[in-house]
Amino acid sequence: MALLSNAAVLLGKELRTEFRSRELLTTTVVFILTIVVLFSFTFNPSVGESRRFGPGLLWLAFLFAASLMLQPGFLREQTNDTLSALRLSVSDPFAIFFAKLVASTIFLLLTEVLMLPVFAVLYNVHILAVFPQLVLVFFLGSVGVAIPGTAFSAISAQARMRELLLPLLLLPLLTPVLIASTEATAALLDVKPSLQGRWLGFLAGFDVVFLTALWLFGEYLLEE
Amino acid sequence: MAKRAILGLVTLGLVVTAAFASFYVVPMERTMGPIQRIFYFHAASAWAGMTAFFICFFGNLLYVWRRQPNWDWLGVSAAEVGLAFTTIVLITGPIWAHPVWGIWWTWDWRLTSTFVMWLLYISYLLLRTLIEEPDRRALLSALFGIFAFLDVPLVYFSIRWWRTQHPQPVVMGGPGSGLEPTMRKVFFFSVLAMHALMVLLLSERYRLEKLRGEVDDLRREAEAQ
Repeated sequence: MALLSNAAVLLGKELRTEFRSRELLTTTVVFILTIVVLFSFTFNPSVGESRRFGPGLLWLAFLFAASLMLQPGFLREQTNDTLSALRLSVSDPFAIFFAKLVASTIFLLLTEVLMLPVFAVLYNVHILAVFPQLVLVFFLGSVGVAIPGTAFSAISAQARMRELLLPLLLLPLLTPVLIASTEATAALLDVKPSLQGRWLGFLAGFDVVFLTALWLFGEYLLEE
Repeated sequence: MAKRAILGLVTLGLVVTAAFASFYVVPMERTMGPIQRIFYFHAASAWAGMTAFFICFFGNLLYVWRRQPNWDWLGVSAAEVGLAFTTIVLITGPIWAHPVWGIWWTWDWRLTSTFVMWLLYISYLLLRTLIEEPDRRALLSALFGIFAFLDVPLVYFSIRWWRTQHPQPVVMGGPGSGLEPTMRKVFFFSVLAMHALMVLLLSERYRLEKLRGEVDDLRREAEAQ
């Protein structure tokens, strides 16, 4: 119980810090928008082609954006010298990770939901009828990105070349999330939309595996 | 010294015998011809590489638990050796595929998941070069190694499910589906030989890492004085 109340306080801190400046959200939205526009030059964005390539490019844009967005998670604590204080303030270090990964999931989901209508308009795909289902896929996918992302941002904050290191550690590991989310999104944007239970189940399984790993090993990531 | 020499000689004998058997003992494969003989080297290396990554995971877990530097040495040695064998797999694969499939590479699930696994362990070694302090490097890379190893089956199944949903461009009953008895024997002998080679390389690399650690310790002591 202490874990949850600690995490709730820390989550409040994360959200306050971000919504005070909205730096992370604004830059990520602009970044995704840029990628989505640039992608349109790499193929002929007709309705059929968009349906084929759209979900993949959307998720690729999300993954690239996430690997940049997750960067400050622990870097900020490192540069402000607040990590030790943070660690002393909670009984279980997992609370720190949990708060950060919930915050990252909220930020990611927010940018994704913001970008979705823009993407739908630009690439002529219909999303209104399947919007709740899409949000479910985005939620499970974002959690899958945020869990290893939070863990690795703690690693990369302690290394050299950290800006390059995080995408390098994170992106190959996220291959299963990319595949499952892209397939689930593609099935929803299809001419005959369908909710792919097996890919959703796979995403949920991925989330559970890495959440358990983070819960077991998280405390060692923050050792002095 | 004598032990290392014996291990080296035995391994050499095994590898040479395996190579000889795959060229002269195994019957010629009917459709693929002589190029099929690379299979004994290719698939055996894949098995040896997988074993090495498993040893790496084992070393990573024990380092996090016990914090003794020897588990870190085991982890990095096994990762490097596993990477070497996986590189052999990724090189011999296209050499075989080009005459048989007519293409060097296809995004088939086995090829793709091996490639992703290779990338994960490259990242593991890269991470190690970017952290100076030995204890921190050992701990953080061990934790990354654990995450990476947990990811391998997920990568494998996601790509497998994804690819089976789409029709394969190349229809191919893999060599694993029903081997002729001599081929089978030679294959398992090759697996044994490659594992012996893997253990030899691993123990040499471990020795090197140990010496490196000792030199680092001495240097730090000298600087402190």
